[in-house]
Amino acid sequence: MREQLDTDVAIVGAGVVGCAIARELSRFELRVTLLEAGPDVGAGTSKANTALLHTGFDAKPGTLEARLVARGFELLSAYAPRVGIPVERTGALLVAWSDEQAAEFPAIRDSARANGTIDLRIVEVDELYRREPHLGPGAHGALEVPREGLICPFTTPLAYATEAVLSGCDLRRGTPVESVSRLEDGGFTLALPGAELTARYLVNAAGLRSDELDRMLGHTGFTITPRRGELIVFDKLARGLVRHIVLAVPTKVTKGVLIAPTVFGNVMLGPTAEDVERKDDTGSTRSGIDHLMTEGGRIMPELLRHEVTAVYAGLRAATEHADYQLTVHAPEGYACVAGIRSTGLSASMAIAEHVREQLGEAGLRLEPKSADPPQVRMPNIGEAGVRAHQSDDLIGRDPEYGRVVCFCERVTSGEIRDALAATVPAVDLDGLRRRTRAHMGRCQGFFCGAELAARLDREAL
Amino acid sequence: MTVVVLGGGPAGLAAAIELRRLDTREVVVIERESDAGGIPRHAQHQGFGIRDLRRPLAGPAYARRYARLAAEAGAEVRTETMVTGWSPGRPLELTGPRGREAIDPDAVILATGCRERPRSARLVPGSRPDGVMTTGTLQQLVYLKKRTVGERALVVGAEHVSFSALVTLGHGGARTVGMTTALPRHQTLPLFRAGAALRWRTPLWTRTALTAIHGRPRVEEVELTDLDSGATRTIACDTVVFTADWIPDHELAVMGGLHMDSGTLGPAVDAALRTSREGVFGAGNLLQGAEPADVAALSGRHAAAGAAAHVRGSAWPEARLSIECEPPLHWISPNVLSDRPSPPPRGCFALRSTEFVSRPRIQVVQDGRTLWDGRIRRLVPGRSARFAAGWIAAVDRGGGPVRVRAVRRG
Repeated sequence: MREQLDTDVAIVGAGVVGCAIARELSRFELRVTLLEAGPDVGAGTSKANTALLHTGFDAKPGTLEARLVARGFELLSAYAPRVGIPVERTGALLVAWSDEQAAEFPAIRDSARANGTIDLRIVEVDELYRREPHLGPGAHGALEVPREGLICPFTTPLAYATEAVLSGCDLRRGTPVESVSRLEDGGFTLALPGAELTARYLVNAAGLRSDELDRMLGHTGFTITPRRGELIVFDKLARGLVRHIVLAVPTKVTKGVLIAPTVFGNVMLGPTAEDVERKDDTGSTRSGIDHLMTEGGRIMPELLRHEVTAVYAGLRAATEHADYQLTVHAPEGYACVAGIRSTGLSASMAIAEHVREQLGEAGLRLEPKSADPPQVRMPNIGEAGVRAHQSDDLIGRDPEYGRVVCFCERVTSGEIRDALAATVPAVDLDGLRRRTRAHMGRCQGFFCGAELAARLDREAL
Repeated sequence: MTVVVLGGGPAGLAAAIELRRLDTREVVVIERESDAGGIPRHAQHQGFGIRDLRRPLAGPAYARRYARLAAEAGAEVRTETMVTGWSPGRPLELTGPRGREAIDPDAVILATGCRERPRSARLVPGSRPDGVMTTGTLQQLVYLKKRTVGERALVVGAEHVSFSALVTLGHGGARTVGMTTALPRHQTLPLFRAGAALRWRTPLWTRTALTAIHGRPRVEEVELTDLDSGATRTIACDTVVFTADWIPDHELAVMGGLHMDSGTLGPAVDAALRTSREGVFGAGNLLQGAEPADVAALSGRHAAAGAAAHVRGSAWPEARLSIECEPPLHWISPNVLSDRPSPPPRGCFALRSTEFVSRPRIQVVQDGRTLWDGRIRRLVPGRSARFAAGWIAAVDRGGGPVRVRAVRRG
């Protein structure tokens, strides 16, 4: 006998977009169910990206993406400090390596203005090298985007999911949707492992698999082609080399390779952009790594003298269309939120707001909850804020916060315990890594790997 | 008179014991792990303690013995305590369960050891599955946590530690399906290699690189490439152990603003193991990763003598002249000559090469003048060759850099 479940809104996919929508809808008198096929929230495309908080200056003016990234930037910039999502406002420098590239600046600036980003300014060569002294030779100047920043791609979906769950959202991880069908008198039935879920409204935030879910409902508007982006993360000892996000001048084909600090104090180099066949092909490649190293060596030669801490690849959910594929089929009560290629993190809160408005227009009753929203405070894992091991107050109250377990990333025993018992707890090493940074550093477990494995065995739910 | 030793492995503990023997009043060892002893804590094979304690011991017994000797000598060993801040001219910031504190000693001995480069630092492409680890993780899983590790393992590397990983894998329930090295032959003792071949029938694939790892959620297979022919093949396995390829755990040295050696990647030190920062010494595998534990311990003892003299007012040298290596020589340690010559640890320089060279002549030259010219038995990548240090008295302290080169026979 399959378990029978009933909900008002079922959201399929707990990436950063699905989690943001769950958070948004959980603020209303609604039963919200968030389904995730993978073991954790934010564990697919959302975990493997460039982790930038974009102003949206370089989006194509007039598109939904341009509007939602700009709006999402404002919303997330305000939300992040409130709940403890690490953000660093470094600013970006779009560096030209030829006169032709520098000639693009006025057009980029005009386009940014059309997107509402008005504070771009051209930086001459001398100033550029003064501000970014380790840049390789041959730069022809830069375009500065002061408000671009870094954000923690792990804490963001976790904060959304935590707030949603505290507001009553039913989060089900490890729960793939096996099939979906429409009910005669409206609504949907979703077949889940061992359960059947009836939902009045359905939100498709399934990322790489969103086209498959869309087809199950008879729509054929788009096809997802996974676009792989490989990234290399350098040792924290390289952090002093780079002060801004160093962007390339985009071409018709690609936005190019960037070098940027991360909120964890590393330096990131990437991404590549390559269409691949399989939706699980997140492996890095020899050619990708070689390409990034060549580009990195040109942009910032000294970077290559440092150790590499991690190499990984993420898949962007690209479609044949240039813009987001965000459609609310009003009579059906079905919202498709797809084709969010690489700006989903920055736009997530605006996408959620947009979906909520559209669902409201489609008839979803949106009555704000009378209770105050839950107070969410995520553990700080960013370098700019105070980490547990740096807090006399925390250690004074609980010595476990003074007991460092992961030395490279300085993660304490107390933080590991907390992550394994959180509202949305870590269930595996990757989950622990994303919540605490444990095992994310230069030794990759040489010192702490066995201890973490034992802690997971003992404490994971 | 306070000397702080950073790192409670063999080098740090041996330094602390020696400091106390030399009547240093206060000796504090800062160890971030919950037990002092360092890597030998989880290296369950024999052969520790020969050169320093004059008795053969297994790793854990050796580690316990050092921890006990340090406590008996009157050194304070603070475990679960980590240095979380140190910048030039500033005190050390410590963090532990008791809280945070600052300490400003009269001398510091850095003995933070080394680690193996993990898969990511070696840029091996492919998926990121479970079952990929270094020997350090493997040993702790099997010996400290009593866990099994898989069934079919590939060992990357063919040094001493690689063969030790093979034994550990056996204890963890895994069979090693093969060992790979990019070099033309293994770098361990013939006895170890023969033992592995007989006991486990483990093939050794030389001139072979691991070029991809595949599988999810666990390793399923790896791609190996023959470096001479370029041919690739696939090997099924569920565990990959990356061994050796040591790198000093040098974060503190960098934070402290020490001048680093581009070969060893540890702090540059003179024969008394003095770094570029007054009152700061280096010791053990931070300076030359990796040596056997007893060699690291002797290096700690050597640094302690310098630190004890320093806190009693011995002057810090001013001029520092670097020693440079020519390929295939990779590094030399110590790697600085100061204006106060003294013999290096064990009276010898340690020399590393990236290639096998049999019966090379080693030449030390300065400004066209040969300071030393002699033959050594062999150079083996990953193992130190030693040569005598008497020539340092002949160095012109005001002259140009001192160069070391290896000349092949014939």
